[in-house]
Amino acid sequence: MTAMARSFRHFSYVMGENPVTAAAFALFALIVALAAFGPWIAPYDPLATDAMNALQPPSWAHPFGTDQLGRDVMSRVIVATRLDLGIAVSAVALSFFIGSAMGCAAGFWGGWTDRITGRITDTIMAFPLFVLAMGVVAALGNSVENIIYATAVINLPFYARVARVETAIRRNAGFVQAARLCGNSDLRILATQVFPNILPPMMVQVSLNMGWAILNAAGLSFIGLGVRPPDAEWGIMVAEGATYVVSGEWWLALFPGSALMLAVFCFNLLGDGLRDLVDPLRRT
Amino acid sequence: MTGHPILSVQGLCVEFRTRNGTVRALDDVSLQVAKGEVLGIVGERGSGKSVTAFTVIGLLDAAGRAVSGQADYDGVPLLAAGKKSLGEKDLNDLRGREISMIFQNPRAALNPIRPVGKQIEDVLLRHNQATRQDAQRKAVDMLTKVKILEPERRYWAYPFELSGGMCQRVMIAIALACKPRLLIADEPTTGLDVTTQKATMDLMADLTRERGMSVVLITHDLGMAAAYCDRIVVMQKGKIVEAAPVAELFKDPKHPYTKKLLAASPGPDSALGDLTAVPDAPPAVETVSPAAVTKPMATPAAPVSENLLLEVKGLVKTFPRRGAKGGGWVWLKGHKGRNEEADFVAVDGISFSLRRGESLGLVGESGCGKSTTSSIVTRLLDPTAGQVILDGEDITAFKAARFARLPQRSKIQMVFQDPTESLNPRYSAADSIADPLKRLKGLRGGRQLDARIGELAEMVGLPQSLLTRFPHQLSGGQKARVGIARAIAVDPLLLVLDEPTSALDVSVQAVVLQLLDRLKRELGMSYIFVSHDLNVVRLLCERVIVMNKGRIVESGKAEAVLKQPQDPYTRSLIAAIPHFEPAKM
Amino acid sequence: MRTKLMQIGQRLLQALPSVFGIIVISFVLTRALPGDPAVYFAGMMADDNSIAEVRKSLGLDRSWIEQFFIYVGNLLHGNLGMSLSTGRPVLEELLTRLPASLELTFAGLGLAILVAVPLGVLAATRPGSLTDHACRLLVTAGVSLPTFFTGLFLMYLFYYLLGWAPSPLGRLDILYLSPPHVTGFFTIDSLLDGDFETFWAALRQLVLPAFTLGLFALAPIARMTRAAMLNALGSDYVRTARANGLSQTTVLGVYAFRNAALPVLTTLGMVFSFLLGANVLVEKVFSWPGIGSFAIQALVASDYAAVQGFVLAMALLFVVVNLAIDVLLTTIDPRVALEG
Repeated sequence: MTAMARSFRHFSYVMGENPVTAAAFALFALIVALAAFGPWIAPYDPLATDAMNALQPPSWAHPFGTDQLGRDVMSRVIVATRLDLGIAVSAVALSFFIGSAMGCAAGFWGGWTDRITGRITDTIMAFPLFVLAMGVVAALGNSVENIIYATAVINLPFYARVARVETAIRRNAGFVQAARLCGNSDLRILATQVFPNILPPMMVQVSLNMGWAILNAAGLSFIGLGVRPPDAEWGIMVAEGATYVVSGEWWLALFPGSALMLAVFCFNLLGDGLRDLVDPLRRT
Repeated sequence: MTGHPILSVQGLCVEFRTRNGTVRALDDVSLQVAKGEVLGIVGERGSGKSVTAFTVIGLLDAAGRAVSGQADYDGVPLLAAGKKSLGEKDLNDLRGREISMIFQNPRAALNPIRPVGKQIEDVLLRHNQATRQDAQRKAVDMLTKVKILEPERRYWAYPFELSGGMCQRVMIAIALACKPRLLIADEPTTGLDVTTQKATMDLMADLTRERGMSVVLITHDLGMAAAYCDRIVVMQKGKIVEAAPVAELFKDPKHPYTKKLLAASPGPDSALGDLTAVPDAPPAVETVSPAAVTKPMATPAAPVSENLLLEVKGLVKTFPRRGAKGGGWVWLKGHKGRNEEADFVAVDGISFSLRRGESLGLVGESGCGKSTTSSIVTRLLDPTAGQVILDGEDITAFKAARFARLPQRSKIQMVFQDPTESLNPRYSAADSIADPLKRLKGLRGGRQLDARIGELAEMVGLPQSLLTRFPHQLSGGQKARVGIARAIAVDPLLLVLDEPTSALDVSVQAVVLQLLDRLKRELGMSYIFVSHDLNVVRLLCERVIVMNKGRIVESGKAEAVLKQPQDPYTRSLIAAIPHFEPAKM
Repeated sequence: MRTKLMQIGQRLLQALPSVFGIIVISFVLTRALPGDPAVYFAGMMADDNSIAEVRKSLGLDRSWIEQFFIYVGNLLHGNLGMSLSTGRPVLEELLTRLPASLELTFAGLGLAILVAVPLGVLAATRPGSLTDHACRLLVTAGVSLPTFFTGLFLMYLFYYLLGWAPSPLGRLDILYLSPPHVTGFFTIDSLLDGDFETFWAALRQLVLPAFTLGLFALAPIARMTRAAMLNALGSDYVRTARANGLSQTTVLGVYAFRNAALPVLTTLGMVFSFLLGANVLVEKVFSWPGIGSFAIQALVASDYAAVQGFVLAMALLFVVVNLAIDVLLTTIDPRVALEG
């Protein structure tokens, strides 16, 4: 049986065993589709205001209702997918690459590389995300790029730590020694022998982290950092809708908040599913 | 012996739910242990010997289930498959009080954050064998009984502060504290040094005999079973294939599997060809191509030339102790108060040489420095002092970190102990074998590479169809062959074998040893064979070196050292190897 | 004992580089402020002369190194600058509001631990059962919930729809006077004062925000407890304990739980960091007058000295808490060795 067929069979087995994970994968596909094709799918222009139709509860014309400026909530929710996902993906990608490079180096060579990386990650971890983001915004200005950088920096320690531990476990493994005997230099061993082995647990970490990254992006815009009106983004929509919740207009905040929840839930389930796929012994 | 046997198992069948369906782990297993008897259960990996013990004591994994059969303790049904004969609470009362069990990996089997004395106390208090007032005293008594020195102080010790042998003694103390009548010992000496093994087993034998206890000893080591058991039961793939008193089993084995096991276990007088010479035995599953079928040693050994291939001169290796690095913590060090030894000396000035075509055995227990020596010789590690001269060139002049890129790299290769660990889990067998060919021989890819890989596979008796498989899809023996193929791929002059068969089942070990011997003769390599097992070393090597605490204590021809050891350490090492002694029966 | 003290000392020393790093980053952030930092640090009552004085005292006309040392010196004196929006020293503002945030955080954390730990233990002892699946679902849902969203909707449900919760306007209804200041925690202080009415009023205001925060902390704690217990229960030493007939209570309590507690304690440190962040959101939603909402207001008002002071304070708080947990771990885990 070829490697592909074998992987597929294993994949189907895990999916079958865990229908929840299968649902998560389906939802993931939907979210990606929305992010990619959102602007074309949305029934109304997310920025089009219509003062006459403001604060309308959900109806057939507007399934999610309209907000305080008469904009269609559903269109805004759909379009926001791209922005939230975009911010999260950029931040996670940045921190993944830099973090795993740092962690691998620290785990493989130890010594001072390890100590310095450890101190850097300790220092970064001392700053709660929101706190650091506020500091960065205060210093460098309120823009989406700065928010991405702040989120990337905060996520760095997670990747660095996982990479470090996974690399350190394998640092003196038999196959690494054997690779040295086969004429491989240390750097080549790290890249071609060790890294492919730590990729699975790192992928699990990426998936779990994505959920958190989306939450953070939304949370930051909730307190006014990063994305600004009139852009459609889940966090901002909840913030704008917050003032109306206490007076009973619940739909402005509910739909974007639920979309947010669903997306994060999906990524977390995906992460758990990936973990089962990769190493069933470590199911949590 | 009157009344019931202390343990009686009848027709036990156990199944496990796994990802690949239901697996039958035990198939109609029946055995009996008489009062005061020591029964050995012998088998290789997967034979079901441990599963039997776990089922009897009621500690089977949640995925396992006894589907039929029965087990009785002194007439009282412990379990009767299908119906619950003894509730969990009653069974729990029995455990530790009537039936006890000790396990392998003793340090992991003790609570790491609880003083060992308290762990003994816990059992005493649980079974009402002591009150809170005298529990500590009784625990200390038990520690004395298992011959742990300074028992009052050691009461407060944590497992990580004790050696493996001491941890096993503590486990024995815990198991025997409430004076049970049956002890089940599941591979209690795996992972321990040969001399420690003997001490631990002797202690266990003394204590159990003293108390008239029955023992079930589970082991893969036939020699150990012979030395300590009255009767032996042989298991294969979940079935019992033979049961007999020790003398009878060894002198007149009936089942072909028993004969195969007996033949494959090297003794002081076996020859290499004897290991697989079992008359009317089915052909070994492992071998494939005709070229790889091993023949008894009929071809004479290749001549050993006079040229020195390897010279090791005054090799020294020291490792700095943890915490002694200084640099900021110096002021803390002054407060330590303990021994101020700065460094640990792993290798303390050894010298030896090896001629072309010769095989040298390097023997010793763990911590003697043999692995460090072999690492230095293969240039994976730099020595603190001394030289290694290979084929006339001083290879210690190059740093280990740079050695991988030098042409000299292909002159020495290594076969590792654990075939699973030494293969990259994400590389297929072909990828692993191709690695040195690409790096050291410059074979880029395509037909030339594939042809060479195919050639190597055939040389080591690995079927071509297995080349695309990954390590988790290969058996232990097959993985070992891949490791060997990779090592010989670049035509090394010297092959260092670091305990290459200790992780393999004894029957597989026999085949691999014969393969190694054949390769040596066909390819004209020289070997350094590192092992703790003198009997195995004797089969492949002309000369042997015995190491202890970083020094060479004895060296000479293998036969001579084994039959007439001069050094007291060598003598104690040989004496500690458990084996069948017909004179004792 | 001596070794333990040495290990604790080593832990303290190890925290120093982190503190140093925090101060450096903080310094860089303050100097990266747009415009003239002196203006922010002088406060809104300042005129040109005092601004010039502040500039000199901050050493903005000197080299970076000197500025850094002056900054550190200021820090040691408790000088974090003046708040533009309130006109008072930043340190004073932070200290006044800190008890409110701490009360909320501890209440939330306490709630979370009370629920999460038993849940995790139960789920581990009954793998595959309903409890186990419920725990896993709760954990995954818990880490997916946006705090501000849950806060909002809890408010909607319990205040707007059901009318059970009081209006989310801070720590105490205006009808009540705050109790005499001992710890700054309204709940504790009112109890110490014997004033049960105020105690209940304060507690009622605390419930919803603490619950929101607790929900957020619940998930990682439950997950770690379950994983650590599963690990302990599947270990060799628990098997030995069972093989020797130790009772289920002993096995669970003494052998499994104590060992599992160690990684759980480590997680608490991380959870605390998350909480410090989530605090900001919850305080905003419930108008809780803690340092989080202060910082948000300051940010909106471009009161950068206050924001930077907040950043520094939170980071240092985190280091202190983690150090405490680390020291605790060192004392109870005999295996923790001196680093080589």
